[in-house]
Amino acid sequence: MKAGFEAAASRALEDSQLRRNMARATATIRDRRAAAVGEVEDWEELREAGAAIKAATMASLPEQLERLERAVAERGGLVHWARDAAEANAIVAGLARAHGAEEVLKVKSIATDEIELNEALAAAGVTAHETDFAELVNQLSGDWSSHILVPAIHRNRSEIRLLFERTIARGRRLEDEPAVLAGAAREHLRELFLRVPFAVSGANFAVAETGAVAVVESEGNGRMCTTLPEVLVTVMGIEKVLPEWRDLEVFLQLLPRSATGERMNPYTSIWSGVDPGDGPREFHLVLLDNGRTDVLADELGREALHCIRCSACLNVCPVYSRVGGHAYGSVYPGPIGAVLTPQLRGLEQAPTLPWASSLCGACLDACPVKIDIPTLLVHLRGRVRREVGAPRGERAALGLAFRAFSDRGRYERAQRLRRLGRGALAQLLAAPWSRSRELPEPPPQTFREWWDERG
Amino acid sequence: MSAEGRVALLVTCFNDTLFPGVGQATVAVLERLGCEVAFPAEQTCCGQMHGNSGGRDEGLALAARTLRVFAAEPAVVSPSASCVGWLRETAPRLACEAGEEELVAGLEELGGRLFELTEFICDRLGVEDVGAFFPHRVAYHPTCHSQRGLRLGDRPLRLLRSVDGLELAALEDEDCCGFGGTFAVKNADVSTAMLGDKMTALRATGAEVCAAVDSSCLMQIGGGLRHARAGLRTLHLAEILACER
Repeated sequence: MKAGFEAAASRALEDSQLRRNMARATATIRDRRAAAVGEVEDWEELREAGAAIKAATMASLPEQLERLERAVAERGGLVHWARDAAEANAIVAGLARAHGAEEVLKVKSIATDEIELNEALAAAGVTAHETDFAELVNQLSGDWSSHILVPAIHRNRSEIRLLFERTIARGRRLEDEPAVLAGAAREHLRELFLRVPFAVSGANFAVAETGAVAVVESEGNGRMCTTLPEVLVTVMGIEKVLPEWRDLEVFLQLLPRSATGERMNPYTSIWSGVDPGDGPREFHLVLLDNGRTDVLADELGREALHCIRCSACLNVCPVYSRVGGHAYGSVYPGPIGAVLTPQLRGLEQAPTLPWASSLCGACLDACPVKIDIPTLLVHLRGRVRREVGAPRGERAALGLAFRAFSDRGRYERAQRLRRLGRGALAQLLAAPWSRSRELPEPPPQTFREWWDERG
Repeated sequence: MSAEGRVALLVTCFNDTLFPGVGQATVAVLERLGCEVAFPAEQTCCGQMHGNSGGRDEGLALAARTLRVFAAEPAVVSPSASCVGWLRETAPRLACEAGEEELVAGLEELGGRLFELTEFICDRLGVEDVGAFFPHRVAYHPTCHSQRGLRLGDRPLRLLRSVDGLELAALEDEDCCGFGGTFAVKNADVSTAMLGDKMTALRATGAEVCAAVDSSCLMQIGGGLRHARAGLRTLHLAEILACER
């Protein structure tokens, strides 16, 4: 019986429209990224610097977070600490209630997707409006994100046009042109920007030294949400903190080229606390743990927390680009999701994800902070096996193979059995293989038999 | 003893059991280049399969066993990029994680005298033309572990270009073939989808042979091609280099 990722991936593979959309979109972003990265002479040095800053930050995270808290408070912001999703959601809902907000604007934020903030707000009687184009598409269609950066990557233009004609542009005829579709979204969003005085964002970075919080985006909706409303609440995973202001120099180069293949992202909004007469009058920063401290405890696994959410690993992944994001069952899909989700949620909640990869290594090559995702996958496979367990048949086959490999005599006997189609080695090459692939003909002689004969 | 000296062959369990011709070809090429080839018969499996499948401790035990078998060998050569990659890169990291410092040190020492076949021929022997003759159109598939793991670069291509009569067909698609060890059976459908695209790209080259430096990937690609009766076969690079006029 298929379960977990294997089952979801198999279903996704059957969706020809999805396959086509995914293949086109990932190939386009892949090429664009390769070109943008190729023109930076010191790209490898930048990656090294990014990795080093992240490693140093993780090693001093409690200190950096306290520095951040002080700096934000000094500049008139308020910092809240949330142990888990429930606490974070309660903080945001409480702030909305305190301000009498029945609606809130949302800047695209995976942290808030992770804690299912929109659903929690809805339960508290507050409507959240997504303002990022693709997040809007997903919200209108009751769908969820399938890509960290391009949440509606699984949709094409025509699907979006039909959706808009049913929802925000009801009664109008649109075209499949991106500009027309963006225009329809803009009309819908502009009214919201001007009306709703309460916004919730995520954060790409926060600087411990100065208390500055940064959101990097392409559409300008983030700029609107972080400047127009009276109240701004930012929900940020604790791993997003950077020690020093100058660290931004490295990441603002790494992120846009890796993410969208742009030299520079169109909008970089950076704010520190509140400024009377300029921007929001109230700023709240919610520091979200939600499993991150547990990840930190795993010396190898914690490298997954270095992720800056560029999604380069998704776009180059031969698995992700075929099955899309939903198969990973998490707001963090693709290779980084396969190492992050099981750690954040607990291995028993996502035990199949570390196997959602052929270990091809394309993710590591593309990662702007050099997260060794293949090694992390192997590491987590080991942890799943030790801490959660493995299917009985698989355990038995690997156990038999280990016995055979541990002793030359047993190994040579297993080789002879293999020729007869039985035994440990034969079991490993069982049914799932043969559906789409021939098995090699058992050779008349093993190499060692040939070698012995040769004398 | 010849000028090039003794090399010990780490044939891998996969080649030993399923593709003995790859081991034989490796021996033929190395001997043609003046090496004295030894085959330590105690060798079984390097532990890659277990290690990559979550069996860290079994994988490391087999890596340690391999280390013992090859302890006295000045140079170890293997026709498998993924097994070399496991012993040189992944196993030391997992051994470090498991706190097995002695094994880490042993593997690092082995890493200095363990060579993938094309590394050995191009770097140690300094040879590109091994005196082979193979009058066929060949597409070279850069396997993941050879390309991104060991960074073999153009070594395999340099060797192929020097083969008399060989016509090299450019393969545009450098993606994974979908093998990935247990991935091929644990996620057989995704693996098959990846394989399908690889076969399409291979067919487009007009090649009659697909060559690579990992028999496991070739078993995947070759298994798919045979299943589809595609009329395109797979050969390990060593098997091409072993062919003579």
